[in-house]
Amino acid sequence: MKNISSKQLVSVGLLLFAIFVAAPLIIGATGRWDFYFTLTSVALLAIASAGVWLTFYIGRINIGQGAFALIGAYVSAILVVKSGVSFWISLPAAGIFAAIVAIVIGLPILRLRGVYFAMITLVLTQVVTLTALALPITNGAKGISSIPLPSGVSLFGIPIIPDFAAMESTKLAFYYTACILMIATYAALYRLVNSRLGHLCRSMQQNEELASSIGVNISYIRMVIFAISSFFGGIGGAMFGSIAQSVYPSSFQVADSVNFMLNCFLGGLGYVFGPMLGTLVLYFGWDLLFELGKYQLLVYSIILIAVIRFLPNGLLSVRIGKGASK
Amino acid sequence: MSALLQVKNVTKKYGGLTANNNISFDVSENEILSVIGPNGAGKSTLFKMISSFTPTTSGEVLYHGERISNLKPHIVARKGIVRTFQETTIFKSMTVRESVIVAQHLRAKASLAGYFWGTKTAKEDVAAFGIYADELLEFLGMSSISSELAHNLPQGNLRALGVAIGLATAPKVLLLDEPFAGMNHDETMQMVDLVRSVRDERGVTVLLVEHDMPAVMNISDRIVVLNFGEKIAEGSPSEIQNNEKVIEAYLGSVDDEIGM
Repeated sequence: MKNISSKQLVSVGLLLFAIFVAAPLIIGATGRWDFYFTLTSVALLAIASAGVWLTFYIGRINIGQGAFALIGAYVSAILVVKSGVSFWISLPAAGIFAAIVAIVIGLPILRLRGVYFAMITLVLTQVVTLTALALPITNGAKGISSIPLPSGVSLFGIPIIPDFAAMESTKLAFYYTACILMIATYAALYRLVNSRLGHLCRSMQQNEELASSIGVNISYIRMVIFAISSFFGGIGGAMFGSIAQSVYPSSFQVADSVNFMLNCFLGGLGYVFGPMLGTLVLYFGWDLLFELGKYQLLVYSIILIAVIRFLPNGLLSVRIGKGASK
Repeated sequence: MSALLQVKNVTKKYGGLTANNNISFDVSENEILSVIGPNGAGKSTLFKMISSFTPTTSGEVLYHGERISNLKPHIVARKGIVRTFQETTIFKSMTVRESVIVAQHLRAKASLAGYFWGTKTAKEDVAAFGIYADELLEFLGMSSISSELAHNLPQGNLRALGVAIGLATAPKVLLLDEPFAGMNHDETMQMVDLVRSVRDERGVTVLLVEHDMPAVMNISDRIVVLNFGEKIAEGSPSEIQNNEKVIEAYLGSVDDEIGM
């Protein structure tokens, strides 16, 4: 449980190589520069999906991550545009603000289970969209546009992060930023799941009554997890806003919230890296089916249903093989 | 001996139905006390009120003179009063050892963030949890099944796992919910020995709810008998055996069950 096997080390090494070396080389060789944007999107969506996965880990179906992504995007945009704060400060602020909102909303709704919790979270995205339309600070339907690119950061005169606005092409910079954030997110998630908090989550997911009988404050843990989950959503959303340089009430919709959940299902709820793979496959799957025109959604849906039907434990369960799956 | 746990005038009403009416008794330190009674006598309700899994309608439960009824279950557990469940309530996808480790939550010295960052205290905790788990499983004679998944265990072992999880919290008072239900004679005798050694060797006060009469007579220092939500008798096993009200309640219950 604690020791990382050499096989895992090799997998992580391969992943890092693929992200930071192979992908840029292939894109450079083929000239498909648009792939950077696709891969950056996948990385950011995977961050938000990691949050959804975490709420699954305490036995709650979360279809409201779009709400927190939207909140994060607005918080960052408002801080950068209206208060002139550096994007790199607005990014954690967006996550923290989303986490605070999650705590306030979570207080009443986290007691609910199963489909009831899922239904409330489904409404959340719509509520945040409508709030963004109504509030003066979010600029209504016009949204916030022409957000400046992230500025440079230097410490004691040594540049740490270059000024994005001074770059010829920001594609590669955003790609690396998104990937580093994604890796940090999944490293944190892996660590969390394998630390005491993760063990307590498992105990709650398996039996809440028994967990409370051994002294676990289940409402507190649920709150902590929901806050962390929404923090990831806020970070993902804020980064998206910065890349698009704009935020609108429709930037994240109910469909996005549903996709975040599907990413987790598809990748596998039993695996920390499930949502990462799920996001990649789902995002590319949709793009690959583009050729089918009006049948795109139909074929896509049938494939999804088939995957969930025949691989109920997600795509990663294939890799484990028969021996370990019991 | 002074009273460790006091049940004072506890009443529970569900709408018009009175499940427990004005029940009072004391549990002394290091005692094994059983609450018995025919089906529907209100044993389970009383048990849930003592462990704060359900609020009382009136009356209170005191531990060291401090009220523990109508609190959250995890707070009662934190004070050292820990309940077990019947066999289906387990962490089914954890191994026996993992269950016993996670159940040591209350013994943790490091914060949750400490575990995340892997501080020194957290590492010491993790090591201590492992040692305590192995020691406890050895004590309970469960070392050989420590890496079995809980949902693969036979019924008798599940009950022992429940006790192991309860004991892992290092409780002062262990509340056992029908520990002998569905067990054959040999299994019951093993469980009786186990409960007795928990009290003798670990200094844990035991309160159990049960309807297996022979086992209860064998194990208990004192017995409280409930019938139709009322306390009808309290005393040593021999006193209870010769109590007319108790005999009547148990013989009467046979008719009731046929009548149903």
